[in-house]
Amino acid sequence: MNIVEILFYALSVFAIVCAIMVLISKNPIHSVLWLILVFFAISGHYILLNAQFLAIVNIIVYAGAIMVLFLFVIMLINVKKDSEPQKQLFVKLIGVIAGGSFLTLSISLVKQAMPLVGKTVPLKEGTIGLIHPLGKALFNDYVVPFEISSVLFLSAMVGAVLIGKK
Amino acid sequence: MPIQYYIYFCLALFSIGVVGVLTRRNAIIVFMCIELMLNAVNLLLVAFSKMYNGLAVQNGVANTAGIDAQIFVFFIMVVAAAEVSIGLAIIVMMYRNTHSIDINFLNRLKN
Repeated sequence: MNIVEILFYALSVFAIVCAIMVLISKNPIHSVLWLILVFFAISGHYILLNAQFLAIVNIIVYAGAIMVLFLFVIMLINVKKDSEPQKQLFVKLIGVIAGGSFLTLSISLVKQAMPLVGKTVPLKEGTIGLIHPLGKALFNDYVVPFEISSVLFLSAMVGAVLIGKK
Repeated sequence: MPIQYYIYFCLALFSIGVVGVLTRRNAIIVFMCIELMLNAVNLLLVAFSKMYNGLAVQNGVANTAGIDAQIFVFFIMVVAAAEVSIGLAIIVMMYRNTHSIDINFLNRLKN
């Protein structure tokens, strides 16, 4: 087992443990902090896949901007720590059973899928995740969606101001 | 690394997000679980793009095969940022009107 596989397993276990902690922590601020750790683990996975641009964008956009927005809203609306009334136990049990059966069903489907047998993901190599090829593709083939997304951001900004205004 | 391991990992993250959406009542935590599901799908898209690129390089086709998936992930992040800003504005507006962020109060459309 080489260092890359050890890193893959360590990052996966770390991400899953942090994701479970997002669910079971009572305080919403703790949930946000655990979710930031999940995003850092996913960025580590991107770096293992040599998708360096997406790793940096993931840290800047998700762990930086979006999570700060979540923290800001939690501080703004000042929810009491235990004001969240707990659901009944059987609702929680049904939720866990539904998620677990979805997981087992999909895993058994993937195990049977013949087109996936023998396919491997090359780690630590490949150049498609670097900035140079991505920038070339983004500004040659995808320049129209790129410009349209700026219009999307403008409309989102106007909408957020309009909804947030009393 | 076999592609199945990445699929299992992303399915586990996605299922944790599903369980969170089904069991929690705090609207902000439900929203965070949706972000978690979105990130699991992003990671799977990047893993499949690397798999496709590796196959194409083995067969001697173009070197940039599979770059579209990474552009897609970039656009998914763009749309998610816009979505979060609107969603949090809606949650703040809901808190102003009902003084609670419990999603069980949001059943006015039922009657």
